[in-house]
Amino acid sequence: MPELKFEKGKMVPVPSHSIIPERDLGHAPVLECSHLGVDFGGLRAVNDFNFTIGRTEIAGLIGPNGAGKTTVFNLLTKVYTPTRGTILLNGMDTHGKTTVQINKMGIARTFQNIRLFSNLSVEDNVKIGLHNQKKYSALEGILRLPSYWKKEKEAHERAMELLSIFNMEYMANWRAGNLPYGAQRRLEIVRALATDPCLLLLDEPAAGMNPAETAELMENIVKIRDKFQIAVLLIEHDMKLVMGICEGICVLNFGEVIAKGTAEDIRSNPTVVEAYLGKKGAQAC
Amino acid sequence: MKRLIIRKKSRKNFLTYGIVVAAYVALMAVMAAGAMPSAIQGLLVPMCAYIIAAVSLNLTVGVLGELSLGHAGFMSVGAFTGCTAAMALANSGMPSWGRMAAAVVVGSLLAAAAGALVGVPVLRLQGDYLAIVTLAFGEIIKTVVTNLYIGIDPQGLHFGFLKPDIGLGKGGKMIVNGPNGISGIEKISTLTAGFLIILLCLVVIFNLVDSRSGRAIMALRDNRIAAESVGINATKYKLMAFVLSAAMAGAAGALYALSQNTVTASKFDFNTSILILVFVVLGGLGNMLGSIVAATVLYILPETWLRQFSDYRMLIYAVVLIGMMLVTNSQKVRTLLGKLLPQKKTKEKEGQGDA
Repeated sequence: MPELKFEKGKMVPVPSHSIIPERDLGHAPVLECSHLGVDFGGLRAVNDFNFTIGRTEIAGLIGPNGAGKTTVFNLLTKVYTPTRGTILLNGMDTHGKTTVQINKMGIARTFQNIRLFSNLSVEDNVKIGLHNQKKYSALEGILRLPSYWKKEKEAHERAMELLSIFNMEYMANWRAGNLPYGAQRRLEIVRALATDPCLLLLDEPAAGMNPAETAELMENIVKIRDKFQIAVLLIEHDMKLVMGICEGICVLNFGEVIAKGTAEDIRSNPTVVEAYLGKKGAQAC
Repeated sequence: MKRLIIRKKSRKNFLTYGIVVAAYVALMAVMAAGAMPSAIQGLLVPMCAYIIAAVSLNLTVGVLGELSLGHAGFMSVGAFTGCTAAMALANSGMPSWGRMAAAVVVGSLLAAAAGALVGVPVLRLQGDYLAIVTLAFGEIIKTVVTNLYIGIDPQGLHFGFLKPDIGLGKGGKMIVNGPNGISGIEKISTLTAGFLIILLCLVVIFNLVDSRSGRAIMALRDNRIAAESVGINATKYKLMAFVLSAAMAGAAGALYALSQNTVTASKFDFNTSILILVFVVLGGLGNMLGSIVAATVLYILPETWLRQFSDYRMLIYAVVLIGMMLVTNSQKVRTLLGKLLPQKKTKEKEGQGDA
C-alpha cells in the first residue's frame, strides 16, 4: 500500500520503494510498472517487474549479463509489447501505444550499441531529436515560408543550447559517425534530451569511458536532472556510478527483481552479492 | 583519427543550380547559332526526362535509402496518362505549352497515386521488400498498358481493357492502342520545359532535404530504430519521399512521351529501370549533381558516338557498375585517391581548424 500525501486538496500516492527527494513530495510518480512481464516463446525474459520512479529521481537498474535489463527498456519504449502487466506514465496507461507515441508521451532513451544518424552532422542529429518540438510542414520547408526560417532558427539555437551541456558546440558540424566513442554516447544523450522527455532512459551510458570521463558523466547526469527536472533511469555495470548517483536501485536476475532499495541496502543484500559472485563468492565475502 | 566536417550544403546546391542553368544557356546558344547536329537535337528532351528520372530515383535510393527497381513503371504511368491528357486537350484551343504543362501535371499526379498505392502497404515493412514489389509493379504496369485501349470522341474519353472495341462514336480517335501504344504524338515538349522541370525538381529535393521532413527521412535511412525512438513516424516520412519520387518520375515520363512520335509500354521495361539506377549509382547516392552528369553522359554517348556498340550497352553498364562498387569500397583505392588529391585533404584540415 503506497503512502499517501495530502496536496492541493487531493490524496496523491507517493513513489514507493525509492528514496524520494524532498521536491518529489506529493507528486504522482513519473513511471509505475506493475507485474510487467514478457515471454519470448517459452522464455520468461522479464517476469513480475514492479518498479516506481519519482518525478525527479535518478534510478538505477542493475544485474548480471542477460538479466533482462535492456528488455525492460524495450518494454517501456514499446519496442516489445508486454505480455503481462501495466505501465503507467504520469498516471496514464501506455497500453497499445507505439514507440513513436511513447516518445511523444515523454520517454526518451539511448542505446547500448550506439545508434546515431552517423552520416549526418552532430547538429542535425540534435535537430532530429527536436522533430516534434519545432514543428512545420514539409510544404512550408519546400517553399521556404517565413515559418521555416523562424522554426529553423529556434531549432538551431535550442540544439546549440543542448550541445552546450556537454561542451560539444564546437563539434556541431562534425559528422556524427566520426566522433570519438565517448562523444557519440554524449550525443545520444543530447538527442534524447532534445525530445523534451520527463523520463530519460540511459542504457550503459558509461560503457567504454575512462574513470575521468565517467566522473564527468556522473556530474552531468545530476546536472541534467536538476536543470530539466526530469527522472532518469539508467542501466550500468559501473558500480561506482550507480552507487554514486542513483537514489533508488533495482536489481534484476533472470528476469526477476531480486532486490530494491537504496545503494546501502543493495550493497549489503546477500541475494545481490550471490547473484553477482555466485554462492561460493558470497560466502568468501 | 580523421574527422570529416560536414560543410554547409547550400554551396553545393548553388553549384548544381548554376551548372544546370549554364548548360541550358550554352545549349540554347549553340542551337541559336545553328551549330547543333540534328542527331543530338532530338535527344535533348529525352535526356532531360532521364535526368529528372535519375534525380527522382536518387531521392528514393540516396536520401530515403530504399531500393526501387520499378522506376520506369512510374515513368510509364506518367507517360501514358500525360499523353492521353495532352491528346484529349488537342482540340481545346489551348496553346501547346499549356497542353504540355497539363500533361506533366496529370502524369505526375497519377504516378504519385501509383506510388502511394505501392508505398502504403510496402513501406510499413522493413528490409528489401520495396525492391521486390517495385520490380513486380514495373512488370504489372507494362502488362496493363499493353492491354489498355483509350479513345476519345465528342462524348468524352472511352476506356477498354483486353479488347480493342471500346465503342467509339463518330469522329472518334484511338489514343492508346494496346500493344501499339500511342502513335502520332504531337511533339510539344520543349528543351526549356525540360530544364524548368529539372530545376523545379532540384529546388524541391534540396529544400526538402534541408528541412525538418528531410532530416526525418535521412534519420530513417541511417537508423530506423533510433528515428522511431525520437518520435519520427517512419511510414509517413518514407511514404512522403517515395510518393514525391514517383511524382517526379511521372513528370519525366510525360515529358519523354511528348518528345517522341510513338510510345509503347515496352519502352518502360525492367532494363529502363536498371538504366536509371545505373545513372544514380554511378553519379553517387544522394549526389544530385552526380546523377545529372551520369544521366547526361550515359544517355548521350551510346546514342551518338558509341552507336555501333549499343548492342553491348547493358553488358558494359553491368561491368562498370560492379567495377564502381569494388573501387569505391576498396580501402586501397581510397588511400591512393587520397594521395593523388593532396589539396583536398589540406582544405579539409583547414576547415577543421575553422570549426
